[in-house]
Amino acid sequence: MIAALSLILAFQLAGEILSRALDLPLPGPVVGLCLLVAACILRPALADRLRPTAQGLLAHLSLFFVPAGVGIVAHWPVLRDQGIGLAVAIMGSTVLAIAAGALAFQAVARWTGSVDPSALKGDKDG
Amino acid sequence: MADPALIWSYLAQGPLLWLTTTLVAYVIGDALFRAAGRQSWANPVLIAVILLAVLLGATGTDYATYFEGAQFVHFMLGPATVCLALPLYDNLPRVRRALWPMLAGLFVGSGVAIVSALLIARGFGISGPVLASLAPKSTTAPVAIGIAERIGGQPTLTAALVLLTGIFGAVVVTPLLNALRVRDWRARGFAVGVAAHGIGTARAFQVNETAGAFSGIGMGLNAVLTAVIAPVVVGWLG
Repeated sequence: MIAALSLILAFQLAGEILSRALDLPLPGPVVGLCLLVAACILRPALADRLRPTAQGLLAHLSLFFVPAGVGIVAHWPVLRDQGIGLAVAIMGSTVLAIAAGALAFQAVARWTGSVDPSALKGDKDG
Repeated sequence: MADPALIWSYLAQGPLLWLTTTLVAYVIGDALFRAAGRQSWANPVLIAVILLAVLLGATGTDYATYFEGAQFVHFMLGPATVCLALPLYDNLPRVRRALWPMLAGLFVGSGVAIVSALLIARGFGISGPVLASLAPKSTTAPVAIGIAERIGGQPTLTAALVLLTGIFGAVVVTPLLNALRVRDWRARGFAVGVAAHGIGTARAFQVNETAGAFSGIGMGLNAVLTAVIAPVVVGWLG
């Protein structure tokens, strides 16, 4: 587990260095993510080695988000003054993005003939 | 026995107290989430954040003091982001088979999420760092926080907006796509992953396995795409 964690941190570190050195718009951990996908394609054994630790970390992904979420306490004035605008923006844009994304996916799937009959929702499903 | 006030002032200075409290608050949130039958509105992160915010208010603790302890948990966001590479790698064959529909869903969903959020917020007179904090709200938390830091937003405000986006998306996705008669599970899952990241993905897995897998891919791809386009859109609308 320590070896796997060291590898994961090493990819993050490489990502941070690349991101800063090349002045990339991507945050370091996202560059690390891309590097790790590439490394797994080149060496599939790497994916098997990291999988248990990665699954362990991802199972608690929401926990890692709590400290930043608590940061909301530092933003009461913003929420008091701009909370309604932010709420409408979040609700409106989320509805539009889900609808537009799903319709675009479906339209192009039909157009390119990549419809998968086994992936269609039946009338009785939730 | 020592004065409780002295014990408190000792504990309040070190990281142990707030590190422990963060973990306990999450365990309580997770237990309530299970007790509520894993409904999206009973989000464990939301419950933990509310508990901790109330506790900080009640004890008069400021966020900087809290974060001294909680930073160890916060640090794990980085390695966890790197780990998102594995589900992405595992699903590469499926990505290749549905490449064009996914690219369409990704660019349309991601673009609409950012542009419409910023246009609506601007209509309410929101600008500057608050607008920049809103831009990455559809991406998974660790990435959104990284993007907000890069484009002049406030990472902690972004974290709260990301959370609310995910919960709202998870609650609205099923009735919305039923009304639009979208029957392709891949499209349904992918769209909610792009628009409502991990919380949407957790919801998709509850409904259908294929939808869940595509939702995870949508979340991963949008993390990369938003990092590229959010700075451009904020520069353009900000």
